[in-house]
Amino acid sequence: MKPFSYARPATPAEAVQAFTAAGAGARYIAGGTTLYDLMKLDIERPRHLIDVTAIQGMDAIETSGDRLRFGALATMSAVAVDPVVARDYPVLAEALWKAASQQLRNMATVGGNLLQRTRCLYFRNGSGNPSSVGAFPCNKRAPGSGCAAIGGLDRGQAVLGQSDACTAVSPGDWPVALTAMDAEVEVVGPAGVRTVPVAALYRLPGDTPHLEFTLAPGEMIVGITVPKTAAGHRSTYHKIRDRESYAFAIASAAVALDMDGDRVSRAHVALGGVATRPWRAPEAERLLVGKRLTPTVALDAGHAAFAQANAGRQNGYKVELGARTVADALTIAAGRTV
Amino acid sequence: MASDDPFLDTGLTRRATLQASAALVALPLAGATATEVGAALPAKPSGQAFDLHTTINGRPMAVEIDTRTSLLDLLRERLALTGAKKGCDHGQCGACTVHVDGQRVASCLTLAAKIDGRRVTTIEGLSDGQTLHPMQQAFIDHDALQCGYCTPGQIMAAVACVAEGNATSRERIREYMSGNICRCGAYVGIVQAIEDAAAKMERKA
Repeated sequence: MKPFSYARPATPAEAVQAFTAAGAGARYIAGGTTLYDLMKLDIERPRHLIDVTAIQGMDAIETSGDRLRFGALATMSAVAVDPVVARDYPVLAEALWKAASQQLRNMATVGGNLLQRTRCLYFRNGSGNPSSVGAFPCNKRAPGSGCAAIGGLDRGQAVLGQSDACTAVSPGDWPVALTAMDAEVEVVGPAGVRTVPVAALYRLPGDTPHLEFTLAPGEMIVGITVPKTAAGHRSTYHKIRDRESYAFAIASAAVALDMDGDRVSRAHVALGGVATRPWRAPEAERLLVGKRLTPTVALDAGHAAFAQANAGRQNGYKVELGARTVADALTIAAGRTV
Repeated sequence: MASDDPFLDTGLTRRATLQASAALVALPLAGATATEVGAALPAKPSGQAFDLHTTINGRPMAVEIDTRTSLLDLLRERLALTGAKKGCDHGQCGACTVHVDGQRVASCLTLAAKIDGRRVTTIEGLSDGQTLHPMQQAFIDHDALQCGYCTPGQIMAAVACVAEGNATSRERIREYMSGNICRCGAYVGIVQAIEDAAAKMERKA
């Protein structure tokens, strides 16, 4: 690991100032569960770490207004057990509760989690001489070096949103739930303050898979807001893993339903574990409107969500698994009483 | 048997050597002796230095660290607190679990600089003198280990699991202990030990 300077500013403005002053190689760090991990693998090589966790009050959880607001420094464990979130927005609580171990949930922040990087095996097997590509080529880690996952061991790779340059899965659960619920992030940076829909925070890999987020250099997430909706009551985050607990999703679905009697009036559907970014599924949402949620309709919606899917050599199972995960999630959510 | 390991040749254990070298260069604050806390190794940080002030197992201390140091490496390599184990060093196995301000964390993924001004509890700080913590005793009573490598992490995670209120059923214990891997497969005993200790800890509280 390369040596780095370490600063702990007291306000967001000081943090941005420190970032700008540090110049090349500056990175913000919060819980550090992704960044420090990747530094140990020699994939991230910051020269200046700006630790934002000393900023007071940026961990507040506010549920009384017309939007839920989570300070970026609130831990995943704290938001997961917030009584209003747990009662009225199970999709949010479950996405956090099913992500990571309690040890990591106590460290990781809800802001930092949005910027978690992929678990693609080829991306992570990158350590080597800093000037070299590493053990495997990876366009995300070493732009232009190629992609070893395409035509390689691709059981875990994406079936939606991939390009000729990259098939790495967006690893998060929380960003998928926030995408389904139309959440926004509040961002502070050298150019001031702005609000970005969570769905607009992520790029498709295209031919620049090393550019994953739409944040400008020096911008940091300071808060997350979610519009309040009755659909939160009929919601769930359904996550399918290789083992029962503490694993990344091989397919997941965040769903929330507005019902008019026994018919769906509006559906929120987003997918995880299968796509190169948190993946909203408007085809599935449209199909559900006005329908009674029978098992057939639920599975039709699942298949609609994957209509554009393309599998590689070993990940074809994700298409049907993903569709059934959506169907199961819809059935679970519809069965929840308001 | 010929060995490249200097500790084998001298008959010293690695732990004894670490503790001895730690004691020689201790920088404890008031109220603690060098041998009680262990402390900094003589090596100056080769990268950027950070002046860390923290409290470990109830004892305040100051130590200069390299900013790259993990809490786990600080505990094991500088302070001779070798209870927390380095299994994966990537937050995946739980063997390094300690408490920071009462919350369980993976010490391998915690920058040591982040514990500045905070309180750390390790397995070495859990017992009350010679009286084991109820969770430690329960692990013995229920044979909740085989090789023992994961055990300090299991016990620290388990104590937190009970304190969080997450030890209310076997299913919930299994879910909230899923960040601690036991390669020997002692899970049945671990869950039993936590159920047993949870009842005793709640009676005590």
